[in-house]
Amino acid sequence: MAEFNPTQKFEKIEHNGIEVRGLNIHIGDAHILKDVNVTIPKNKITCIIGPSGCGKSTLLRTFNRIIDTTEGVKISGDVLLGDHNIVKSHGSDLIELRRHIGLVPQRPCPLPMSIYDNIAYGCRIHGIRNKEKLNAVVEHYLRSIGLWDEVKDRLSAPAGRLSGGQQQRLCLARSLAVEPSVLLADESTSALDPISSKKVEQLFVDLKRDYTIVMVTHTLQQAQRVADHVIFMYLGEVVEQGPARDVFNNPQNELTKRYLDGAFS
Amino acid sequence: MKYRIIKDKVAGGVMTLFTLLSLILLVAMAVGLWLKSADILEEHSMWNLLTASEWKPMRNQFGFLAFISGTFYVTGVATVIALPTSLLMAIFLTEYSRSTVRRYIYPLLDILASLPSVIFGVWGTLVIVPIVSDIIGPAVGTATSGYTLLSGAVVLSVMILPLLVSLFIEILGNVEIDLREASLALGATRWQTTKHVVLKKGLPGIIASTVLAISRALGETIAVLMVCGNLIIIPDSLLDACYPIPALIANNYGEMLSLPLYESALMFAAFILFFIVLVFNLGARLYLKTIKTE
Ligand SMILES: Nc1ncnc2c1ncn2[C@@H]1O[C@H](COP(=O)(O)OP(=O)(O)OP(=O)(O)O)[C@@H](O)[C@H]1O
Ligand SMILES: [Mg+2]
Repeated sequence: MAEFNPTQKFEKIEHNGIEVRGLNIHIGDAHILKDVNVTIPKNKITCIIGPSGCGKSTLLRTFNRIIDTTEGVKISGDVLLGDHNIVKSHGSDLIELRRHIGLVPQRPCPLPMSIYDNIAYGCRIHGIRNKEKLNAVVEHYLRSIGLWDEVKDRLSAPAGRLSGGQQQRLCLARSLAVEPSVLLADESTSALDPISSKKVEQLFVDLKRDYTIVMVTHTLQQAQRVADHVIFMYLGEVVEQGPARDVFNNPQNELTKRYLDGAFS
Repeated sequence: MKYRIIKDKVAGGVMTLFTLLSLILLVAMAVGLWLKSADILEEHSMWNLLTASEWKPMRNQFGFLAFISGTFYVTGVATVIALPTSLLMAIFLTEYSRSTVRRYIYPLLDILASLPSVIFGVWGTLVIVPIVSDIIGPAVGTATSGYTLLSGAVVLSVMILPLLVSLFIEILGNVEIDLREASLALGATRWQTTKHVVLKKGLPGIIASTVLAISRALGETIAVLMVCGNLIIIPDSLLDACYPIPALIANNYGEMLSLPLYESALMFAAFILFFIVLVFNLGARLYLKTIKTE
């Protein structure tokens, strides 16, 4: 049970992690994800690893159906989160479902508005207009990612003026402000300098108590530092998955072994 | 000195020269028009010329107000019609339509944008003028020939529409996909995303394009001249005729030789038009600067 949050305003989804069954994705004629079956455990960090182009981003983008913005995409199979089937939802259900699944992009991308409005945006689009409530939300989430003291005097400044690391933490806070249950991160630290990168990484570790986190990462070291659960993909297929300890120390598949040894990347 | 360095210096010099030349051209045009207007300004005060609406060259009466207001009205109404329409079209094309739709519509827009204006004029006389005189006029209970401010504005708006849509598409298309996805991922609808993120990000570009289109509209001659009636009055309603400045110049240039001040008056008309476009552009630029630094 998450601790009492004074800014709580939306209903949370009851779930026990994400369950992916027989997921196939085609883009145009290309078969991008091939019969993917994975389990994402609740309140853990799951890292998706694998060589470039193996479909990590595609899988992640299916979890919040942002993949829908890609033209010519066909999805089949099931992605279950609590009572909801992410693949089968559409229209207003889908839009509502997206609120439960936050996304932290690879490159920091603050919305073209002030720091304050970036955090308040999510609440506003879901109908919260009360000024005091919004103030409380903005402060709460900026504090939760340690940005409050850095920006509290310039909340109305454009968010684009922040440094890359600050922007990325802002994006994280922006996702958190709509109270998701799941957080998706697609190489969210790769565009940052090493110190900012560590900071953001640590935030994810701190957040797993309250959120189910799925991370795509290119650096094996990062996966080894933060992962509780690992999914290794290769050419659109899930080759191996399991608790991080098992996959890293005792990989079952030859491909996984070679990837972990750095034979290819 | 190495050859490539010399080449670099020469290229830089030539480019500077051409840039300066275009600037000089602009100044030369303004000065030329101003000097040619000197004769009429000697005899009539500027204030009188700009605020009087009597235009009787035979009796030495040169009031430009009807032409100035005709220019502003036609352009204003055309903008009011074209701006929202083109913005919605661009939003539909970039945010809502599939790429197959775009593949067919983009070339069409380019063709429309490059059609000579006389074709729009002919289309206006054949289609818009009869619609105004036979349908809109009777509907509001006004007898009208159809050659009206409204017809001019409609033709003009159709002319600048493809230009606006192309420019807007360019601008909205340049807004990063990441921004849209960031908004959608928070559970925003497409319309919320368009309104709060895409349009917000594109606003400076949208304003700049609108300025470009309005500048073109202010000077559009043939198409408007063919349908707007060309009566020297200050229009009271959309169904009155009007007479914008470019039409005045085009209709009368060459026939003014017998009257001493007539040529000078037409030059002054050109100067007014030049000045309007210039001030409008500079003003818009200043405004853009302030919203960009915000
Ligand atoms: N819009 C698209 N149209 C066609 N193919 C696509 C499209 N997007 C992605 N792909 C293909 O899908 C495959 C998986 O792409 P994806 O972006 O998921 O890989 P990734 O594992 O995230 O790679 P990286 O580590 O480089 O980010 C790639 O082969 C890619 O070429
Ligand atoms: Mg990727």
